[in-house]
Amino acid sequence: MILAALDAQTLVDAVGLGAVYALMAVGIGLVFGVLRLVNFAYGQLVMAGAYTLAFTAERPVAVSVAACFLVVVALSLAMERAVFRPLRGHSPAVMLVTTFAIAFMLQALALLVDIRDGTIGEPATSVAPLNRAVTVAGVDVRKVTIVAVVVAVVALALLALLLVRTTIGLHMRAAAADFRTARLLGVRANRVIGSAVLLSGLLAATVAVILTVQFPLVTPDFALRDTIVVLVGVVVGGIDRLWTATLGGFTIGFAAGVINGALPTDQTVFLPSAVFALVILVLILRPAGLFAGSRAAGIERV
Amino acid sequence: MAEPALELRGLEVRYGPVPAVRGLDLRVDRGEIVGLIGPNGAGKSTTLHAIMGLLPAHAGEVRLGARALRAATPEAVARAGVALVPEGRRIFGGFTVEENLRLGLAARRDGEGGLDAVYELFPILREYRRRDAGALSGGQQQQLAIGRALVANPDVLLLDEPSLGLAPMAVDQVFDTLGAIRERGVTILLVEQRAQRTVAFADRTHVLANGELRMTLGPSDAGDTQRMIAAYLA
Repeated sequence: MILAALDAQTLVDAVGLGAVYALMAVGIGLVFGVLRLVNFAYGQLVMAGAYTLAFTAERPVAVSVAACFLVVVALSLAMERAVFRPLRGHSPAVMLVTTFAIAFMLQALALLVDIRDGTIGEPATSVAPLNRAVTVAGVDVRKVTIVAVVVAVVALALLALLLVRTTIGLHMRAAAADFRTARLLGVRANRVIGSAVLLSGLLAATVAVILTVQFPLVTPDFALRDTIVVLVGVVVGGIDRLWTATLGGFTIGFAAGVINGALPTDQTVFLPSAVFALVILVLILRPAGLFAGSRAAGIERV
Repeated sequence: MAEPALELRGLEVRYGPVPAVRGLDLRVDRGEIVGLIGPNGAGKSTTLHAIMGLLPAHAGEVRLGARALRAATPEAVARAGVALVPEGRRIFGGFTVEENLRLGLAARRDGEGGLDAVYELFPILREYRRRDAGALSGGQQQQLAIGRALVANPDVLLLDEPSLGLAPMAVDQVFDTLGAIRERGVTILLVEQRAQRTVAFADRTHVLANGELRMTLGPSDAGDTQRMIAAYLA
């Protein structure tokens, strides 16, 4: 039955979801690399971007998307300046709990803004045309799936170039590997962290655009479930390294897509259960992460 | 009178209520090599960490030339012209040799200089520049750590036990290297466990015990076994 469900249609949709989750995983992984901070509020950045798209739905698409990027990046930088920076050096638990607080605060704020017109949920229609399908070799591919995959590949390639070829990229990698030594060599902590947060904001805005095309009704819990799934994927992949985290994000998105296709339509409520059952299995078999490689420690961060 | 490149005045560093460095006065003149020896826990590394801004100074002053460094961040101290070769080398394994050296350029004030001067000093690093730094031997990694500090063109070079954990031949190499760096007029503050060697090598060597300066030795004291022993029992 499961094999039968693995038709081209399911695979295409699964790859599309995997691509979006990979982008979110990179955004979370970049900040974790330099701050050792798991940003649970990452989904609320995406949510803020989605609301921006909804509130600017009347404007031309380019304006709407530009506004989305502006708002998300500004919110991302503000979060760093107001919250992450004062907490720098505190225990990971303190920082994680703080990001929970930020997440719920932003969600509550979104609700306050959203409820003003008497209903919860705002339609974001400006980018909706991308949701139409084109038929490729008998498979219906929504344009946004193509966009998601292309954007993910291009974004990841650009990021890889930035990290490997540029000085700021070298500094970011060094900071992720050994922040103290990097600073002793003159690498500026604020600049490196600022760059990581900026890039992570750009990725969140990108995700906001793609997700809004697929789910045009924006609510305060927009992207919340996706964030939880991606965080799990990042841990399963191995959060210590950006590439394993990204791969983890893609894998859990892809797996969710495939399981979604395999489950009978009336059984899709079991999707999260099935995904998390898989996660438990992976963590039992490979506690250091699915892609941790032979280094059993898994905590080593290079 | 020579001009001090680095000067500590009444430096106090504490770990909680426990004083690690007490009222330390120390000056390193331009072009001079000053050694700092003493038993484990004497406060040698703590002193270097306080200079670099890794630890807060409870009292006292750290001056680089005319500039006060106290309360500066590690990156600001590095950019002001102090380079530290940290204990345990702290090489970025998984990065190439050249990437490690390029990281040292972060603190360089006159923009991005080249790596040629360092490659001249350490030809082996040029040969292995595309290799993973983690694959180098201990001695080569120490050369890389010293080279990485030198590319920043620092006014003052601090070394934290550069011979620690190295084979005897690699230790000779480290001291040869320091000799070559001395020729270039770099000011050096050298923290070491190898007391006799350090005393013989440095222009002056201070003995630190319990966070306080106990005595100062000159190169001629290196042969004086009695004085060396007294220094450590002080």
